[in-house]
This record gives sequence, structure tokens and C-alpha cells, in this order.
Amino acid sequence: MKAEHVLSVRLYATVFGSLLALTLLTTGVAFIDLGGNWNALAAVAIAIGKALLVVLYFMHARYSSRLTWIFAAAGFLWLTILIGGTIDDVLTREGIGF
Amino acid sequence: MSEASAVHAHQFDDISQQHEASWNGMWVFLATEVMFFGGMFTGYTIYRYAYAQAFASASNHLDIVLGTINTAVLICSSFTMALSVRSAQLGLRKPIMIFLLLTMILGAVFLGIKFTEYYQKFDEHLVPGYDFSYEPSLARPAAIFFSFYFALTGVHALHMIIGIGLLTWLMVKAWRDRFSREYNTPVELVGLYWHFVDIIWIFLFPLLYLLGRHLG
Amino acid sequence: MNGHVTERRLHYLNVNYGVKSWLLTTDHKRIAWLYLISITFFFFIGGLFATLIRLELLTPQGDLVQSETYNKLFTMHGVTMVFFFLIPSIPAVLGNFLVPMMIGARDLAFPRLNLASWYIFIVGGFFTIAAAAAGGVDTGWTFYTPYSSIYSNTHVALTVIGIFTTGFSSILTGLNFIVTIHTMRAPGLTWFRLPLFIWAMYATSIIFILGTPVIAIALTLVALERLFHFGIFDPAYGGDPVLFQHLFWFYSHPAVYIMILPGMGVESELISCFTRKRVYGYRFVAFSSVAIAIIGFLVWGHHMFVAGQSVHAGMVFSLLSFLVAIPSAIKVFNWTATLYKGSVLLSAPMLYALGFIGLFTIGGLTGLFLATLAVDVHVHDTYFVIAHFHYIMVGGAVMAYLGGIHFWWPKMTGRIYPESWARIAALIIFIGFNLTFFPQFVLGYLGMPRRYHVYPPEFQVLNVMSTAGASILAVGYVLPLLYLIWSLRYGAIAAANPWRARGLEWQTASPPPTDNFELTPIVTEAAYAYEKEPEEVYVFGKPAHV
Repeated sequence: MKAEHVLSVRLYATVFGSLLALTLLTTGVAFIDLGGNWNALAAVAIAIGKALLVVLYFMHARYSSRLTWIFAAAGFLWLTILIGGTIDDVLTREGIGF
Repeated sequence: MSEASAVHAHQFDDISQQHEASWNGMWVFLATEVMFFGGMFTGYTIYRYAYAQAFASASNHLDIVLGTINTAVLICSSFTMALSVRSAQLGLRKPIMIFLLLTMILGAVFLGIKFTEYYQKFDEHLVPGYDFSYEPSLARPAAIFFSFYFALTGVHALHMIIGIGLLTWLMVKAWRDRFSREYNTPVELVGLYWHFVDIIWIFLFPLLYLLGRHLG
Repeated sequence: MNGHVTERRLHYLNVNYGVKSWLLTTDHKRIAWLYLISITFFFFIGGLFATLIRLELLTPQGDLVQSETYNKLFTMHGVTMVFFFLIPSIPAVLGNFLVPMMIGARDLAFPRLNLASWYIFIVGGFFTIAAAAAGGVDTGWTFYTPYSSIYSNTHVALTVIGIFTTGFSSILTGLNFIVTIHTMRAPGLTWFRLPLFIWAMYATSIIFILGTPVIAIALTLVALERLFHFGIFDPAYGGDPVLFQHLFWFYSHPAVYIMILPGMGVESELISCFTRKRVYGYRFVAFSSVAIAIIGFLVWGHHMFVAGQSVHAGMVFSLLSFLVAIPSAIKVFNWTATLYKGSVLLSAPMLYALGFIGLFTIGGLTGLFLATLAVDVHVHDTYFVIAHFHYIMVGGAVMAYLGGIHFWWPKMTGRIYPESWARIAALIIFIGFNLTFFPQFVLGYLGMPRRYHVYPPEFQVLNVMSTAGASILAVGYVLPLLYLIWSLRYGAIAAANPWRARGLEWQTASPPPTDNFELTPIVTEAAYAYEKEPEEVYVFGKPAHV
């Protein structure tokens, strides 16, 4: 359960600034060829970082109960199961996929 | 500071239990939203893998400037939303409303830019099923890319519209002085929803706009 | 209370009257009734479709209906029964009624959301009935692409809107249950003192929350493809029809656990009451509910063994499907162990409960045959599959639902149903059910495919047996409808606890007051404390009203 954590404007502003910076970073890095799948991985990693900032600070998850963390994590974990199972099928099809 | 009542609904024992239930209820709802968008992310992922070249090529037809601006706009709106929630926690009626209004304006700007992009896509014949035209060797999987583009951003835009509706509702309540230090749950909950819709865009932006930039 | 009542006690049914007081209620108990009436209606609609199917299958030729019509019949039967009867049944009726009462709360966490759930359900039903009236859908309840997304000329979009809408209703119910169970338990009611019905409702709600949105988006994409000619599942664009199946079955497999877990919860309540014992291995049964919910999300590909899925994925899903049988087996063993040296009363609810154990076991075991890749290649899309899931859905879930309705009927209505009629109906249902569906195992094994309205003549005898069984089953289902309604007016007045059960819901009047308890209960013992008297288990504290 979330106690009455009132976060400072400064903290919010710092998170805000970081999010903008990461946005510029991800757009900039997109133009540099990192080879292989690294561009995609970098983009997703930066996106995860931004999402974490929003979840932890804007959405107060950092200051919330463990139950909230479980609810917050459950969706993403389940999405991993969905994508994982589907990808496992697609990657292991022999011959022409579709 | 307002004197909004802190009476709780009759099924709860006290206002703290009511707050805990409402807070957790919204997180549970957001988990369902993760899975809802997740189905589309799943489809997108496997086609991205299967048709890497076509997807990268199609992605380069999206306007990266508008996309980046929109990402920044949404991040700003999350900032203003967080400040609105903070104002509600402090029981400051006017700041609540100011930050809500800013959030709504930024949300509207986002939608305006989005629909401008949609219009451009119609112009460029990049709408599947509607006079779609693309380089022949990549046309069919490119059509799949654009199908996902419209489905993902369309469902996202629908959530933004609903969000703006919720913000309007909050604005009315705030104007009527319904929020206080003791009771500001609706602002918090709409905040959670708004931040979540921002997070969806945080993932949509690189997946849709940035795939093929390094390939020129 | 004898027949002379000088002062009428107020309870949730008579506290106010009129259509508005029902249609605008936020009382979870009244909402349970709204659902009960709605899903009964849908049950008989689905049953009507089943009747037409079984009549067609009396003869090998397609002489009753054309093949296009037959396709619509089995589709509408599946859609109605799955989405509008089975999925809501126990959760929305018994769950809504009992969850707050079993945990000592005044209502669910979000009563207005609960009412909205029902209205959303009705809107969904309206869309689907409209689709049926306009000519129906012929894709099968599974809506496989690209037939559903491109080629079918029937009312796919309208139907999927209906299913999407009713799915949203179930999400909100699950949300309500999860938050309520976490937040609003009575003092002293720790997790391991909860009735197993609550564990079952909680596990079911996990599935509602995490699974339903995926079928929602899958069907949305089908609708978008139909309406806007996107190419998402269209092979002509390089789309993958199997992708749809992944998204569809990611929900629809856990959906079958939505349909059976609540029945297992009811089962625990019935077995303990009618053996006068604690459920054997309480923690195992509680954890097994959660295990089924979680592992149930890992096995969806077993519906796709022959769909074009990779062999590797098939093997993984097959192995995981074997694993998911384990927690179900644990429950069956524990219920059976509870029966041992129990003081068994063969009441009507208990007859349903015993039938459940046998029929669910058969259904579950045949599931293992289907989970075996090599066997499934032969029996996939045959009547073997149909028999398997009807044993679980009808022999299991519907029996549990009826058992629960009978068990809690005195609590819900303040009336006792006629026990002899109820026992006879239970037996008729058991006999009719087995005669309907056991031959279908044989038919499937012999190779009769599903979803065909013609079949080779050598299958006729078994089909006739099955249809005969279905007519007996129909009689069995109509009987409770009649005598339960009869009992509302003419049944004996029920005491607070006619079964002398130990659940919290029995420690308040029948029917209960609107806020469920006059005084807040404090729980001092685990569930099913049949070796003690209720007064030793519950203490009543301060007045429940705020």
C-alpha cells in the first residue's frame, strides 16, 4: 500500500530530464550501425530504462508495497511468456516459415 | 487547502483500506492493459524477425522528427501529470487544475501530431487495404508493418483519448474542490493510467520508428 | 422461525422492491441473481443449439440442416456455452454471492464496478444474439484465420465485438475479486484459514486478468482485418494464421481453467460439509489452485500440434501439459482422502460432488492422451476431443455449478428445495451425461471427425446412443429449473445453517441482511473445523455497520 509519499519537484524534474535525454539518445543511436541485432537491443534496453524511471518514480512504485510490485511485474512477466512461447515456435520451424 | 470530506465507502472499514484497494485495483487493471497491448507486440515481434528487411525499410517511411517530438510531448505530459498528483497530495486546488490542463493540452498536441502523421500516410499510399503502394519486392510484408503501425498507434491513441476524458472529469472534480490531503485517490489513479499510456509509447516509438535508421 | 411471523425480518431480497432496486443495485448478492438469470437464459440457448446438432447427427446424411447451417450451429453452441455460460457461471453467480460473505466483508471492494460488469456482460450478450439472429457465424468458436478474417461471409465482426465485450466484464469481476480478497478479509482470517472456494476464486481471477486481454486483442485484430483489409493473418501478405492461434489459445487454454477451477472450489466446500471433515491436505489443495492457474498459461500450444507449429514447440508444450495434470490430480486424491472415514451424507449437492470426482477424472485422464503428441495426431479434431472437454466442462464444471446452486440455495433464497426431486435430477443428469458423451470417446477413437454434419454409416449406432443420452440429459437440466423456481414460493423456510456447515456464510441469516453480518466476525480457526462447534470458531465483534 502506498503511504503518503510526496515526492519533491526536483526529483520529478530530474526524472523528466533523464527521460528526455534518453529519448534523444535512442533517436541518435538509431542512426549508428552497431552491427547485427545490437541496434534493436539497444533501443529496447533504453526503452526499458525509460519505462523503469516512469514506473518507479512517476508511478511511485519505488515507494509502494511489495504487493504493488507483484502486480506491476506480473503483466510484464506474462507478456514474456506469451512472446517467448510464440517466438519459440517461429524460430524452430524448419524450412520456409510463412 | 480544501476541506473535502474523507468519508469512505460503506464496504470499507476506513479510508486507508479504501485507498489501498483503489490503488491496487488500478495496478491490476494496468496488468490487463500490458497483456492487451502485449498481444500486438507479440505479433509485431515475430514479423519483425521474419521480415527484417521489409520492416526496416517500411519503418524509414515514418517521420522520425514528428515521432521524436511526440515522444518528448508525452514525457512532458507525464511530468505535468506527476506534478498534478503531487498538488493533489498537498491539497492545492489551483495547481492541480493547472497541471491537469497542461497535461490535457500536451495530450491533445500528441494526438494532433499523430493524426497529421496518419494523414501523411494516406497521402503517401501507405495505408494497407486502401490504395496501398510500395516497392514490389517488399510490398507484402511492408503492408504487415503498416497494419501493425496503425493497429498499435490507433489503439494507443484511443487510450489517449480516454485518458483526456478522464483528465476532464478530474478537472471538474478539482474545480468543485473535491480533492484534499486526505482524499486525492482519483487523481493518483488517473495518473497511473496516464503514465502507463506513456510507457506504451516509450516502447512503440523505437519499435516502429527507429528500426531501420542505421541502414539509411 | 415457524409459519407465524409477526415482524418481517429485513434481508437483502425484501429490503426494497421494484425493477429499479434490482437494475441499479450495488449489492453483490443481487448482482449474483442478475447473473444467475442471465446465464441460465444463455445455457438454454446454447442447449437449443446442442439439441439441433444432436438431432442432425441421428442420421449419417445431412438431412436436417445444410452444412453451412450446421457450421453455424456448432459455432453458436460453442460461443454461447463458453463465453456466456461457463466462464461467468460459478464466478459471477456463486463467486459474487459468496466471496464477500466467506471473508466476512460487507460487499466486494468495488460494488458499482460489479454492477457495471453485469451490464457489460449483457451488452456483449446482446451483440452476440444480434449476430445469431442476423444469421450467425460459421467459423467455429475458435475463429481460426484466415477463414474468419477474410473468407467467411457470416457475422464475424458482430460476434467478436460481443465476445470482446463480455470478456471485459470478466476482467472486471476478476479485478474485483483479487482486490477484495487481498484487502477486505475479516480480522483473524489469514490466507491459510480461507475456504478453498476463495483460493479457487483467487486463482481464477489471476487467469481473468492475465489471459482475457490477449483474446481481446486477437479478436480485435481479426475484426480490423475484416473491416480494413489489413494483412496481419493473411498468407497472401506473408501473414501467419498460426500467429492468431497462438494469441487465441494463450487465453483459451487458461480459459478452460477459468471454467473448472471454480468448480473445484465448490467441490472442496461440498466434500468437507458432507463428510463432516476438514479437506485433506488443505495447503496442497490451496497451492494446487494457484499452480493450475500459473502452469495453465504455459501449455496453450497443445491445441496446435497439427496446426503448423514447430515440432520443437510441440514437444515443449506436450511436456508442460503433462505437468499441469499434477495439481489437478492432487486435488482429486485429496478429495478422495477426505471421503475416507468421513460421515457421508448423500444429499443432492453431494451426489453432484461425487459425480464430479468421477467424471472430472475421466475428462482429465483423456486430456493426458491428447497431450501426448503422437496420440493427438490421430485424435485431434475428432469426437475424442469433444468427449474429453465435455467430460470436464459438463461432467465437471456444470455438475459443480449445480451442486453449488443446490448447496447455497437455502442461503440465497431462505428456502429449501425438494431434496428427493433434486437427487433424482442429479441421477438423471449423471446417466444422461454418460450416455451422451462416452460413445463420443469411441467415435473419436474410431475416427469420426468433429464439425461434420455427415458421417460414415458405421458410426450411426453410437451417434444414436449419444443423442438418446442428450435427451435424458435435457430432462435432467429442466427439472432443477422447475423445482428450484417452485421452491421460491412453496419450499420450506430455511434456517441460517440448514447443512450445519462451518463456513462464515452460514453464520448469518438465510437470506442474509444487505450488509451480510449484523456484527463483524472475527475468525479464530482454519476453515472446515467440523470437529468444533461454530461458536468455538467465530467470535462476533463490534457492529458491522459503519
